[in-house]
Amino acid sequence: MTDRPLLLGVRHHGPGSARSVRAALEAHRPAVVLVEGPPEADDIVSLAADPAMSPPVALLAHAVNDSGRSAFWPLAAFSPEWVAIRWALDHDVPVRFVDLPAAHSLAPRDEAAPGAADAPAPESEGAPAADADGAEEPAGNDTAADPADPADHRLRRDPLAALAAAAGHDDPERWWEDVVEHRAGGDDPVAPFAAVEEAMTELRAAGPATGDDRDLVREAHMRLRLREAVKEFGAGSVAVVCGAWHVPALRERRTVAADRALLRGLPKVRTEITWVPWTHRRLGRAHGYGAGIESPGWYGHLYSAADRPVARWMTKVAGLLRDEGVPISSAHVIEAVRLAETLAAMRGRPLAGLGETIDAVRAVMCDGADVPLDLVVDRLVVGDVLGEVPDSAPAVPLQRDLTAQQRRLRLKPEAEERALDLDLRKDNDAARSRLLYRLRLLGVPWATPAGGTSTGTFRESWRLAWEPELAVRVAESGIWGTTVESAAAARARADADAADSLAALTTLAELCLLAGLGEALPTVMGALADRAALDTDVAGLAAALPALVRSARYGDVRSTGTEELTRVAHGLAERVCVGLPAACTGLDDDGAAAMRHHVESTHAAIALLDEDGLRDRWRGTLRRLARRDTVPAVLRGRAARFLLDEGVLAEDEADRLIGLELSPAVPPARAAGWIEGFLAGGGLLLVHDERLLGLIDAWLAAVPADSFTDVLPLLRRSFGSFEPGVRRSVGELVRRSPGAETGGSATAPTPGFGDRTDPERADAALPVLRLLLGPEFPGHDAARAVPPATEHPSPADDPIGAPA
Amino acid sequence: MTAETTGQPVLRPHAEDAFAEELSALAAADDRPRPARWNLSPWAVATYLLGGTLPDGTVITPKYVGPRRIVEVAVTTLATDRALLLLGVPGTAKTWVSEHLAAAVSGDSTLIVQGTAGTSEEAIRYGWNYAQLLAKGPSREAMVAGPVMRAMNDGMIARVEELTRIPADVQDTLITILSEKTLPIPELNDEVQAVRGFNLIATANNRDKGVNELSSALRRRFNTVVLPLPASPDAEVEIVSRRVDQLGRSLQLPAAPDAIDEIRRVVTVFRELRDGVTTDGRTKVKSPSGTLSTAEAISVVTNGLALAAHFGDGVLRPADVAAGIQGAVVRDPAADSLVWQEYLETVVRERDGWSDFYRAARDAASGRPYGAAA
Repeated sequence: MTDRPLLLGVRHHGPGSARSVRAALEAHRPAVVLVEGPPEADDIVSLAADPAMSPPVALLAHAVNDSGRSAFWPLAAFSPEWVAIRWALDHDVPVRFVDLPAAHSLAPRDEAAPGAADAPAPESEGAPAADADGAEEPAGNDTAADPADPADHRLRRDPLAALAAAAGHDDPERWWEDVVEHRAGGDDPVAPFAAVEEAMTELRAAGPATGDDRDLVREAHMRLRLREAVKEFGAGSVAVVCGAWHVPALRERRTVAADRALLRGLPKVRTEITWVPWTHRRLGRAHGYGAGIESPGWYGHLYSAADRPVARWMTKVAGLLRDEGVPISSAHVIEAVRLAETLAAMRGRPLAGLGETIDAVRAVMCDGADVPLDLVVDRLVVGDVLGEVPDSAPAVPLQRDLTAQQRRLRLKPEAEERALDLDLRKDNDAARSRLLYRLRLLGVPWATPAGGTSTGTFRESWRLAWEPELAVRVAESGIWGTTVESAAAARARADADAADSLAALTTLAELCLLAGLGEALPTVMGALADRAALDTDVAGLAAALPALVRSARYGDVRSTGTEELTRVAHGLAERVCVGLPAACTGLDDDGAAAMRHHVESTHAAIALLDEDGLRDRWRGTLRRLARRDTVPAVLRGRAARFLLDEGVLAEDEADRLIGLELSPAVPPARAAGWIEGFLAGGGLLLVHDERLLGLIDAWLAAVPADSFTDVLPLLRRSFGSFEPGVRRSVGELVRRSPGAETGGSATAPTPGFGDRTDPERADAALPVLRLLLGPEFPGHDAARAVPPATEHPSPADDPIGAPA
Repeated sequence: MTAETTGQPVLRPHAEDAFAEELSALAAADDRPRPARWNLSPWAVATYLLGGTLPDGTVITPKYVGPRRIVEVAVTTLATDRALLLLGVPGTAKTWVSEHLAAAVSGDSTLIVQGTAGTSEEAIRYGWNYAQLLAKGPSREAMVAGPVMRAMNDGMIARVEELTRIPADVQDTLITILSEKTLPIPELNDEVQAVRGFNLIATANNRDKGVNELSSALRRRFNTVVLPLPASPDAEVEIVSRRVDQLGRSLQLPAAPDAIDEIRRVVTVFRELRDGVTTDGRTKVKSPSGTLSTAEAISVVTNGLALAAHFGDGVLRPADVAAGIQGAVVRDPAADSLVWQEYLETVVRERDGWSDFYRAARDAASGRPYGAAA
């Protein structure tokens, strides 16, 4: 054994591998430890021993001139690599990273290269979760990403799946757990590695899964570094911790020249590397397009539990459920452990694994329900652990990006508060505004909008004050991404997933628009659509609609975003159409007033959306509102008015409706409410339509004296809202109502009017006309010249308010 | 008993009779350790329910189509000393699974207590032969053992159907039986102790929550397994069309050609409303208050077939199922009809090839034309 380097093929993030690695290192005590990872990190690896460093953490490499081009190597306490690093640092043994330098893997590549995106991530091979490539990077952050087909990828690159299938297991993860992770500590700590190596050798020899070109390059580099170490320390004193898949390649004998040839001419980019804090949740990353490891909490438990992992785990679960108020007794714990172990026996597994324990917890502790189980999965199986990185670690790229932008946009971080006015028509100011909104999204409140309601649409006022702790906030935000834009987008997406109200989501959508985060918008919109679909509060939907429609119509987002916006707005409008009539019944006065506001804003929004089908449906909804007796009168009046204004209410239909609403059987207060709603759009209608005026006049005259005082305030409110000119015109018209004059003529074309033009009365109208149209109204003399009896201007086509 | 004496073929044989061949083939092939008084090993019981092929080529038909995990947990529970509670909405094969489990484990699925509001303690424990009681006083001979007591005596699986229908005080009779495995007979100052192999399977409808909620003391004696609705649309379509076919034959309806499209549609509507999300996973929808189980889908399609056969041209059309679907969906006239309308307008209207159904459903939903401009 002493003439060969110790090659420890591991499963990334496998706690069993980690234990075995530690045992093997303890037994062999190598003089140098080589770890799969970017060699640039050799200089900062000593930070891992810093007491202020606590996993999960990640090595983050990024291109100097482009912070968006980056890659993460996450390490948890139970990662074999971390264990190896810590062992080496504790024993004063040098640690070297042997993977292909990030300078190469981050360099822009030929786009045709297969799977270019996943080069930097060490998770790409050996691990059963092989489709995790690049998933550790926040989605949307890796601008170098090319969408490699994960299914194809797995087929090509998941050797463990092949091994597990050969062993008759359908689940490679479980197979690895059974064979390696759950191995009950054999005598020879190296034996499992030998077995894995053998298996991998067979697999690499047999299968088409020979990896791709990039793998060959990486392995060539590893071999070169290994050779260096062997030369320096002697073969027997070198230990290598790398993905199981690479072990046979490292064992292989190749000439230095051949390896060098492979590495020649690789593109290169200047990179920087640092440690960043990581979280279990991000290790898990059950969301996004890739799955890292699904159960970091469980793995952490397996690694840290001294003995009886299942019993200890069940006790943890019981503790969690008890804290949440679920009564769990010790008897439950006992039964759960028994069930898990019996299940494992029945399934032919050596020890209860995560699947068995979850099944047992569900059946015994959660009464078969998934809701409390989800809590267990979220809090324990994934877990809330947040890593820490010492202050001495190099600055995170997010901070650099922010500094660069601050310099470019000439926005100095200054401690004293100052005001900033932006003119959004200027490019620089628009960019500043976007930056400030993005920082707000990230929870870095450097700037607060100065509350000026008077500002126009192109003006923005801010108050800026840079507090020292904002730097900490920026550092914390480093987990979201490497540039302000990508981090803000990632944060917005996460917030959208977590948002619990429609209002929060519309606000978020608006912020995304203001911050120019078109890429985050689809997620936010998706969440918004989902929330809207489940929201039973029509008022809430209606309140959310106008802002959304405005954004969709006028928003300055990229075109992809507005389509999505329009789609969601449509969906929202449809739901409002369906739900509104029911939501409008049984309202009290205040409720009706609030709902009237919603109906009005929805009407305006749907007009803006400008889609025929939708408008028809909205009209249908208005029709139902106008006709339904249980809807408050003011809303019915409003709906009727909208229909009339839209011109979809036939003339006689309008008359009928008004007659119906104002018939004597209707309590006067209700009719007055209806009138209020109907006239809310302005009184010009009454000036135009004398028939209408006549109907209302007749009703008013018929209100019994004792009810009149009741309806008076309502009527006053309705008519009081008219403009003075309109009010006066209506007054004039009413004063000359038929009852007061000729005693009514049977041939009168319209109630309230004589059968011919009365010059005196026409004269009387002139002051009003003058008032309306200004003193220099040219028609002044012409109006006098009209021969009295030659024309019968019907009020409907006599456009008093519309001079020709 | 009566069926045997009359010699007529029974309408529905017990599981252990209907699948006697499979059970004996399994027993022959089964070399794994069996718990005391079990006819088969847990592995073989799971195979019996889930189906498979034995080394000798015997094909075991699947009795339960669903997640393997559920059957494994259920069988394993019976092998421990905890009782098994099968929960699920109506029509999820709870009783079916319980019958087959009992048949496979004990070879007898008839030790059953049907839970109703009128189920008494005697039905669970024991009753008396009053003639004997009067003649000889309380004695073992005068006792009439209930199914649970017999199961305890013989080390068999007892079944309790619709546990939550049983009044709470009667339910609690089970506590001593399940925790101490003994049934006291205070009249005789005696008891019946359960023999190894005894266990109990209860079924309950989790839509009936709150009817007679289990006391936590009793609940603690059960491991709970929730039987889900069919996981994939294809599986559900398969189940529905098979059952519809069988039912149609027994009702002597003419077979409808091309009914599969409408069946698929019914299943799709039911699934989408039940799951609260469209099958493409892109749009969420509200769920109505009804169960919308597979069993209801079957009855909607059967109804539609009857409509088509007796009043239509024999071909199952959207209009034949639209009213049925609406009836199944709209249980609460106010809330559910909103849900249904919203679903029609936001999902069905825009779906390709669904315009017939949309019109039919809209006609069914309201006599008034909705949204038509004047």
